Amino acid sequence: MAQNTRTVPVGTPTDVTQNHVKGGIGESTLRPDGTLKVTGEFAYSSDMWHEDMLWGQILRSTVAHAEIVSIDTSEALTMDGVYAVLTHEDLPAAKNYGMEFQDTPVLAYGKVRHHGEPVALVAADHPETARRAAAKIKIEYRELPVVTDEASALAPDAILVHENRDDHHSGHVPHPNIVHRQPIIRGDAAAAAERADVIVTGEYTFGMQDQAFLGPESGLAVPAEDGGVDLYVATQWLHSDLKQIAPCLGLPEEKVRMTMAGVGGAFGGREDISMQILASILALRTGKPVKMVYNRYESFFGHVHRHPAKLWYEHGATKDGKLTHVKCRIVLDGGAYASSTASVVGNASSLSIGPYVVEDVEIEAIGLYTNNPPCGAMRGFGAVQACFAYEAQMDKLAAKLGMDPVELRQLNAMEQGTIMPTGQVVDSPAPVAELLRRVKARPMPPERQWETAGEGADVRALPGGLSNTSHGEGVVRGVGYAVGIKNVGFSEGFDDYSTAKIRIEVINGEAVATVHTAMAEVGQGGVTIHAQIARTELGVQQVTIHPADTQVGSAGSTSAGRQTYMTGGAIKNSCEIVREKVLEIGRRKFGSYHPAWANAELLLEGGKVVTDGGEALATIADVLEDQAVEVEEEWRHRPTQAFDLVTGQGDGHVQYAFAAHRAVVEVDTELGLVKVIELACAQDVGKAVNPLSVVGQIQGGTTQGLGVAVMEEIIVDPKTAKVRNPSFTDYLIPTILDTPTIPVDYLELADPNAPYGVRGIGEAPTLSSTPAVLAAIRAATGLELNKTPVRPEALTGTL
Amino acid sequence: MRVNFTVNGRPQEADDVWEGESLLYVLRERLGLPGSKNACEQGECGSCTVRLDGVPVCSCLVAAGQVEGREVVTVEGLAEYAKEREAHGGCASGACGTSVDAAKRWEAKPAQDSQTGEGVELSPIQQAFIDAGAVQCGFCTPGLLVAADEMLERNPSPTDADIREALSGNLCRCTGYEKILDAVRLAAARQERQGEAV
Amino acid sequence: MDFLRPASWEEALAAKAEHPTAVPIAGGTDVMVEINFDHRRPEYLLDLNRVELLREWEVGEENVRLGASVPYTQIMENLRAELPGLALASHTVASPQIRNRGGVGGNLGTASPAGDAHPALLAAGAEVEVESVRGSRFIPIDEFYTGVKRNALQPDELIKTVHVKKADGPQQYSKVGTRNAMVIAVCAFGLALHPETRTVRTGIGSAAPTPIRAKEAEAFLNAALEEGGFWDNGKIITPSIAKQFADLCSAAANPIDDVRGTAKYRRHAVGIMARRQLGWTWEQYRGAGRTLEGAA
Repeated sequence: MAQNTRTVPVGTPTDVTQNHVKGGIGESTLRPDGTLKVTGEFAYSSDMWHEDMLWGQILRSTVAHAEIVSIDTSEALTMDGVYAVLTHEDLPAAKNYGMEFQDTPVLAYGKVRHHGEPVALVAADHPETARRAAAKIKIEYRELPVVTDEASALAPDAILVHENRDDHHSGHVPHPNIVHRQPIIRGDAAAAAERADVIVTGEYTFGMQDQAFLGPESGLAVPAEDGGVDLYVATQWLHSDLKQIAPCLGLPEEKVRMTMAGVGGAFGGREDISMQILASILALRTGKPVKMVYNRYESFFGHVHRHPAKLWYEHGATKDGKLTHVKCRIVLDGGAYASSTASVVGNASSLSIGPYVVEDVEIEAIGLYTNNPPCGAMRGFGAVQACFAYEAQMDKLAAKLGMDPVELRQLNAMEQGTIMPTGQVVDSPAPVAELLRRVKARPMPPERQWETAGEGADVRALPGGLSNTSHGEGVVRGVGYAVGIKNVGFSEGFDDYSTAKIRIEVINGEAVATVHTAMAEVGQGGVTIHAQIARTELGVQQVTIHPADTQVGSAGSTSAGRQTYMTGGAIKNSCEIVREKVLEIGRRKFGSYHPAWANAELLLEGGKVVTDGGEALATIADVLEDQAVEVEEEWRHRPTQAFDLVTGQGDGHVQYAFAAHRAVVEVDTELGLVKVIELACAQDVGKAVNPLSVVGQIQGGTTQGLGVAVMEEIIVDPKTAKVRNPSFTDYLIPTILDTPTIPVDYLELADPNAPYGVRGIGEAPTLSSTPAVLAAIRAATGLELNKTPVRPEALTGTL
Repeated sequence: MRVNFTVNGRPQEADDVWEGESLLYVLRERLGLPGSKNACEQGECGSCTVRLDGVPVCSCLVAAGQVEGREVVTVEGLAEYAKEREAHGGCASGACGTSVDAAKRWEAKPAQDSQTGEGVELSPIQQAFIDAGAVQCGFCTPGLLVAADEMLERNPSPTDADIREALSGNLCRCTGYEKILDAVRLAAARQERQGEAV
Repeated sequence: MDFLRPASWEEALAAKAEHPTAVPIAGGTDVMVEINFDHRRPEYLLDLNRVELLREWEVGEENVRLGASVPYTQIMENLRAELPGLALASHTVASPQIRNRGGVGGNLGTASPAGDAHPALLAAGAEVEVESVRGSRFIPIDEFYTGVKRNALQPDELIKTVHVKKADGPQQYSKVGTRNAMVIAVCAFGLALHPETRTVRTGIGSAAPTPIRAKEAEAFLNAALEEGGFWDNGKIITPSIAKQFADLCSAAANPIDDVRGTAKYRRHAVGIMARRQLGWTWEQYRGAGRTLEGAA
């Protein structure tokens, strides 16, 4: 159970004649969990099982905004097989939790604020019994008007989604229904506008995207004899969970022992708490292990989504194409609870003009409280919505100037040394123009690929695919480009760190390293590169990856493209300390035998201590014998600053990442159906620690951007704030027939501030993929298209 | 109710099955075979794909009672299944599928080392998924493997369009599918080379 | 919930007679979704998987007798020549896994306007053979759909066989969805030319409370083809006729706005599909090289 310990076998065991271990950084080492994952033995959070366990079931609100008049659990309690039926009255301690704001009720009390909010809990001996019991709980609601957009949130008589706010932003926001507001003022946009020969404006709408990870929220809570709980869950950040769970259980953190279970994808959707507290409460209450598994319907209510947004932009340029100024206003809908809305606002604002040089800007981003589903982290985190809009603006501007859209971008592209609107200097490579050049230089995919030798059309290669809607009729090709900028790591002065515990010892005559971190492996391949780093730094072949748990310090979140940088950095740092200790032992033991031991430049390579000249002094095994060296250290990236609340100035970000896309699409212009033919990406990755994983991340991120361009959207009824499509039948994500070939061209321009020069890679491709597809569809159709996703109605004038 | 059927060559009996339970639930929660994944329970993702009498189906949409007396192959039995197929001449001849008699001769064996997966014998498609980088979070992987293996059995030299069509019922959210295509092409190529060597 | 497992058709009919509320389950691709998501808790599930005759088909002189549970995959692979429209429709059903389980009986039993088989059955012309312990009867496909997710079955009846007319001319089928595979129809359209009777038939899915035919469009086209001597001279159908046909097909639709699409779009798309399919089938009829199975 949850024993994901993996010894990582790569190549043959070291022998004394081999100087370099295999599977160090820069190699496409294969995943250590690959075998378990292809045999079905990898233990995901939903696979947990325990003798005598019960099943937990949540009853969620059927309305978006209402006072709870009464809850009657009596009938549910009488059912056979039911062990507990709980409401807010049964909560053992703190009633609210939250990552940045403690505004989220464990179980609703007083009010429900969004459709699908947890109201009551059941534990029973079979999931069907639990469902039946939950259905017997009677809740009486008194419905309230719903706040669904900026107008209803800020109206003079607007209902406050949260009364009596007392959070770190409540003091400065202009309205209690605004979670956070971040303006950025630099230069004089009004004066610069006077110099503009051309001005383009636009209003854009970005739909609500779901992470749609395939493994729904799930886990197992096991009550312990000491009154605590052992929790096996899939999460992106164990220690953040722990900090929120313990107060709600009324337990000290050491009595809540968390172990990472297998994670079926995350993409931001597991950064917040889902079933962790609820399963624990049921387990503590019943004294039995409780398993909780959301089904897909519930999963759509069980995690935050990507913020839908409205964006207003004005771009000006001189007639030769130099940007004069940008003004923009971004309104993000945070939904009923804050989650990470405030940070998303900071990102949207600070990255709102894209990877371009603009000296005069006037920017405002706000995040709203509404009764819509709560929104928070998703891959791209605030930068995605802005990129969609500013890239549309760049195309609009190019059209108005009569310029090539790629040339216009290159002309204004930022580079190392450029000053961001926040005043921060971009102090590492920013090859924006080069990335664009690379995607543009690629050969075009052949036209009319649906034509087959003599047999009519292969509909699989046409818009509509297997549905046989076109044999080539109405099909027009379009090509579009986009580029984006994303921050890496946690920003705005957050104390962002990771922790790595590294142990080296001799087992069966061979030096073996163990890497223990709390890093959430969500599929990205962190476990692969952790072993690679340890091999490179310690020169040992065998590296064991310890399961992630809370017995070691925080690794921070698997998000913001930060784990290779941060936990990779922490492992590198701890390994360096371990190495020094090993050398120290060696010096004490063997120093008198060989003068080279006094030389400071000693390395661990191929299981040996070697000089920088390559001379082997001893095996690590001989140095250590039965001694083990273990180090646990925290590691931080350089500090960042908060953005000024009035001017938005501040060195808020750690690192920037850049990607560019070229999309080639074919559109059935009569039916409004789209087939993406190719979606080429060029990205600077700093250093490809594992090239195979790098390419996989870029292709995956690209595809999520494609999805939101043409099909993905959680549809919320504006009248009731209820979700209309919480299923894989009506929330569509791309299939393999919707996903084109994704050629990837990556640059490795080292960031001198980052370990090995790495640059976070997971998020940037999700940004530019969407606007590139949109631009290609615009090119094919000549339509303006200011909303994602592009629905057939928008392409056929049938809205 | 009680349901008797064969899973990965072994007779299985599930007791106290609620009539509304799916084959997927019985496999995962009653038979200790959690390899088939539950991701949507409505046939829209393919994560729970198993072979039912040789045919790929969504096990979430098969009522447990419907499998009485039938043969099921899950991802846990895929390596043995492929090995058995190899021993019986593969499918290049066009005689696809495993006969009931053949199916009865083999059984899924536990991995030698369930902690690490070391030393586990894999089917060509399983190995190809690892080698090509087609596995990230891995939640879609079991269903994709069962579907891809069955396609290669029917169609040993698929075109890209064939692969895409055959796998169009399996959603993956991590990879963008490119490396999944690579993996299937790799398995097909290896299969072909092996065929030539024989 | 009780699980009834009849071993034969007779046992199935007896079980249905005894428990008229029993929900038949064959491929399970509709029923299990409803059970998994707690939308339905029938008292009895009537498993039809052991009834062999439901999985059989027979190609006769006039008709194909298609067992209610013949999986779509089998229809695609084995009946492309005889039932080209239905074979094309089968190919658009959900995913390979679903096509391996689901059959036309399920589409008819559920009678959702979005069922993929309906427009093809309407266009080809079909009769649904239903049976109970009281006896059997044939329901013409045009009379089968009685309302949103309602059909002409009596509570004690089961769908046994669908008798579909063998194609005597080209047939086509398309469905619009917002994804290139595994998608529920936003709307669908089927067209069959019947040169023997010099008629055309249509079917529209997901664009009205029930699957429907565009009868006025058919009548118009029948007349126009007759008048212009098109059946004999094999001339290209004039754009104005094609447009009028398409417009009448659009007009026949009576769709709604929902999360999958707007009514306006559905009406529009039905017209486009109608016009294209008329082009494809007529080209085929004129012998311009397309095969009877269509292009998919």
